Amino acid sequence: MATPTMDKVAADDAAAASHLITVTFRIRRFNPEVSAEATWEDFQLEIDPKERVLDGLHKIKWELDGSLTFRRSCAHGICGSDAMRINGKNRLACKTLIKDINPAKPITVEPIKGLTVLKDLVVDMEPFFQAYRDVMPFLVTTGNEPTRERLQSAEDRERFDDTTKCILCAACTSSCPVFWNDGQYFGPAAIVNAHRFIFDSRDEAGEQRLEILNDKDGVWRCRTTFNCTDACPRGIEVTKAIQEVKRALITRRY
Amino acid sequence: MSDTTLEKSGVGPVEGASLYDADNPAPVIEAPRKRTAKTPRSTRGNFEMAAWLFMRLSGVVLVVLVITHLLIQLVLDGGVSKIGFAFVAGRWASPFWQVWDLLMLWLAMLHGANGLRTVINDYAERPNTRLWLKGLLYTATVFTILLGTLVIFTFDPNIR
Ligand code: HEM
Ligand code: FES
Repeated sequence: MATPTMDKVAADDAAAASHLITVTFRIRRFNPEVSAEATWEDFQLEIDPKERVLDGLHKIKWELDGSLTFRRSCAHGICGSDAMRINGKNRLACKTLIKDINPAKPITVEPIKGLTVLKDLVVDMEPFFQAYRDVMPFLVTTGNEPTRERLQSAEDRERFDDTTKCILCAACTSSCPVFWNDGQYFGPAAIVNAHRFIFDSRDEAGEQRLEILNDKDGVWRCRTTFNCTDACPRGIEVTKAIQEVKRALITRRY
Repeated sequence: MSDTTLEKSGVGPVEGASLYDADNPAPVIEAPRKRTAKTPRSTRGNFEMAAWLFMRLSGVVLVVLVITHLLIQLVLDGGVSKIGFAFVAGRWASPFWQVWDLLMLWLAMLHGANGLRTVINDYAERPNTRLWLKGLLYTATVFTILLGTLVIFTFDPNIR
């Protein structure tokens, strides 16, 4: 029996349903307990195009296949957990809207490259963090601790502002063809985080960090491909930061 | 893959024998500069920086050397058709062009060899492949540089 109220509800439902679209997620699956081979698996879902790839992955994990494995924590582009290769480009699943990546075609989702895949979209981040630790990403000073905070002019702060934005998601490092080879190159993320301290007027270990990055797997392996700058979800000018470290190595010493 | 185990434990059913387990974990990419008794080995010394600088400096010089060389050999004064033994003999009669060609030979060969060295470093995955490719590269480079230098200095325009 069609009362006016029910009509309205039905109409609302129809309106709500109409903006959903059918999208195919083509996901690179790998489970070492099942097979040594990674395979593509397709999932079809109804989703609002204004939702994010991460929402699609959640829908799959929660409603279609609970074994799908991926990392995410904050879901808002802050923690850097969910970098993955979406349609062939490194992005954060939580910052990529479905409507922005051509949902008419299957959306491919793969783990980031150059790091060992542990399961599905989860990779072993240890080599990445090892390179990060190697550049000593902490303030180093000498002398007595000041009783107040360490002051710095606005210009001095501005000098390294760009590289403070890194969330260590590994999108840049795992987009770098030099890193793909043997994983020994420090990689853009470690250099960005060294840059953050090298150009900080309060820090006193710049020379040490420069020497570390003068290593044979340091900044000189950079081929200036700009993949890292393209990949950074925070819009950091990664390649520029690497070149500034190279320039500092040459001009500060000679 | 809907299975009752899924609801209970959140872990999918395992098919076939497991390849890896806790005692036999799957291989992972070795962390760089791993802390062991022997590593990381010190890689001090500025060879990579010198090589990087050399690429840029030699590149700038090569622009002048190579473009002038190409103009003289291939474009000006009748183009390629003029090139012959006499033409080369004529140019090498002057010490200026001898030094020019010598510089071009050394810079281009070292520049090209170092460029290929980085390409090998970037693309050869197995240490053995790297070793052999670089061995081949260095042999060819040394051979070409020495032969070219020998020819420039011992060139005899009256050879029959
Ligand atoms: C004509 C002027 C030239 C300029 C300005 C120039 C400049 C450069 C520079 C700056 C690089 C380094 C690229 C990087 O590290 O990312 C490079 C790489 C390279 N150059 Fe040259 N070069 C010149 C001529 C030559 C010649 C004559 C050869 C061959 C004998 C050559 C072979 C190479 C190779 C094989 C590489 C490595 C490619 C790579 O790293 O991707 N270049 N060149
Ligand atoms: S889930 Fe935290 S950055 Fe995307």
